[in-house]
Amino acid sequence: MSALPPYASTGQRIWHYGFRTICGLIFFFLIAPIMVIVPLSFNAENFFTFTPEMLRLDPEGYSLRHYVDFFTNPNWQGPLWNSIKIAPAATLLSVCLGTLAAIGLSQPHVPGRRAIMAMLISPMIVPLIISAAGMYFFYSRIGLQGTYFGVVLAHAALGIPFVIITVTATLVGFDSSLTRAAANLGASPVTTFFRVQMPLILPGVISGGLFAFITSFDEVVVVLFLGSASQKTLPWQMFTGLREQISPTILAAATVLITISIVLLATLEILRRRSERLRGLSPS
Amino acid sequence: MDGSGNAAFVAFERVQKSYDGETLVVKDLNLSMPKGEFLTMLGPSGSGKTTCLMMLAGFETATHGEIKLDGQSINNIPPHKRGIGMVFQNYALFPHMTVAENLSFPLEVRKISKSDREAKVKRALDMVQMGEFGNRRPAQLSGGQQQRIALARALVFEPELVLMDEPLGALDKQLREHMQFEITRLAHNLGITTVYVTHDQTEALTMSDRVAVFDDGRIQQLAPPDKLYEEPDNSFVAQFIGENNTLLGKVEEISGETCKVRLDSGELIVAKPVNVSEVGERTRVSIRPERVEMNMERLQDGAFTLKAEVLEFIYMGDIYRTRLRVAGHEDFVVKTRNAPDQPRLKPGERIEIGWLPEDCRALDS
Repeated sequence: MSALPPYASTGQRIWHYGFRTICGLIFFFLIAPIMVIVPLSFNAENFFTFTPEMLRLDPEGYSLRHYVDFFTNPNWQGPLWNSIKIAPAATLLSVCLGTLAAIGLSQPHVPGRRAIMAMLISPMIVPLIISAAGMYFFYSRIGLQGTYFGVVLAHAALGIPFVIITVTATLVGFDSSLTRAAANLGASPVTTFFRVQMPLILPGVISGGLFAFITSFDEVVVVLFLGSASQKTLPWQMFTGLREQISPTILAAATVLITISIVLLATLEILRRRSERLRGLSPS
Repeated sequence: MDGSGNAAFVAFERVQKSYDGETLVVKDLNLSMPKGEFLTMLGPSGSGKTTCLMMLAGFETATHGEIKLDGQSINNIPPHKRGIGMVFQNYALFPHMTVAENLSFPLEVRKISKSDREAKVKRALDMVQMGEFGNRRPAQLSGGQQQRIALARALVFEPELVLMDEPLGALDKQLREHMQFEITRLAHNLGITTVYVTHDQTEALTMSDRVAVFDDGRIQQLAPPDKLYEEPDNSFVAQFIGENNTLLGKVEEISGETCKVRLDSGELIVAKPVNVSEVGERTRVSIRPERVEMNMERLQDGAFTLKAEVLEFIYMGDIYRTRLRVAGHEDFVVKTRNAPDQPRLKPGERIEIGWLPEDCRALDS
């Protein structure tokens, strides 16, 4: 941000500082509730409050006991593994279907492409509880309710809109003369897709995939409707944990989830920058 | 060089193209090219020249008619099986691959062995003097260098036919002239048949064996550059190629190789009838600016002369460009060589001009 120019009027000065204050407040309200969880998860006591020892920064006040509990207690391990199984499967499915849909819908000659696009994106707009209830009735009829496959399918449906949106955005910048060039050089449409188009839209595919993964990994409403006890995921366990046994292990679980999210987003950013450098969009 | 009959390597037969089913972008196109020819499709934008190129490459399908390559119809062959090289307007180099990988791509999809691939890539890069740049990415190259790589990529798999879609449009003037020379040299040395699309007439005249002038979805004239410039078939070609002076009038008399034209301002001149056939027909008389003579001593006996008033004199170094008022037209231009005996005229001077009847062509109006 540039400094105030010397000719700025009083109004401009007030806005200049007011704007910074508003931005600061927004960041504070967004981040503070999440950041508070991290130190609390190292609490040596079984409480959700900062003990006097913690405030004095006394090592006695901190411990890893909630993390130990999280990684050893079968009540947490089962859901953790369920989440680790369901989320990647749902991600893979949404990435494949979403990418294909985005490429198909970016062809100008597809009839009714706007309507189809709106339909595919609707899971993102329709209130989750309504989708979940609808899926519950539909999936129980066809015997998918209470199965891993059912949960994966439902989560994939929720993830597809993210993939479609990010891949469509990448395709806007995709030069269609590149596919023509590839065809002209003798590459079949399949070779062209894997050798030319896919590497160039990969950043969009990856970020869509990450959003799909996090959607599935954080999802609680649909899994409550569609899952049975054996498909209990991490968010579900946290949700019941909050209602039934208020234990700081939830905070440890939350910190682990936050860490995973940050790592994923950082990976995404690094990949995006790498691909920009390869495409020559920014100086190397 | 008519290239008719069995000798045709590339042939368009009664080809029509319509995008919307109503208006024809290409109207009844017939064209045949012998092997090894450098043919340029020249025309204003929207004249159908790029559409023709895209139909040949297979990216557009002809609505009617047949396109033949080496005697075989290629209407039903998909682009990737046609084996035609192409240089795209924006080069279309793959940004995620290095220069060498770009060149290697057409060889890989043809399942050529690694050692052969490397040798061919090296040869193609050396051919365009880019041997040092194999490991660079396209974004690290200048426009001219990218152009060379695009050319090398179109030639590396040794196609017999290469298409070029305004490949020099994005380069600056000096580089463009250099590349014009280099492309023609390569095309002739390798003996490849080339179809070159451009809207730049200098490019068309300097590079081609034959030029097809497109307008309104039709070929207006297909001829070698000198014939096109000196003997345009109709007033569109005369206007489009080079600079041209036009005088409007009515045919008064036709006798074999000459005709008399009564200009709208009343003067009578002699012209060569090209596509006028009847007395009384409206005509557009065309004279090239460098064929107008201002020195009456150099003119043949009996030549018709016209009175002219100098409006503007521009010194351009090698030539003088004089704008005159002739027979009511204020945009009559004469180009004269900068020679010691050539007078530098001043605005307002009244002079006489003339020309040889064969340089003055009576065309359609």
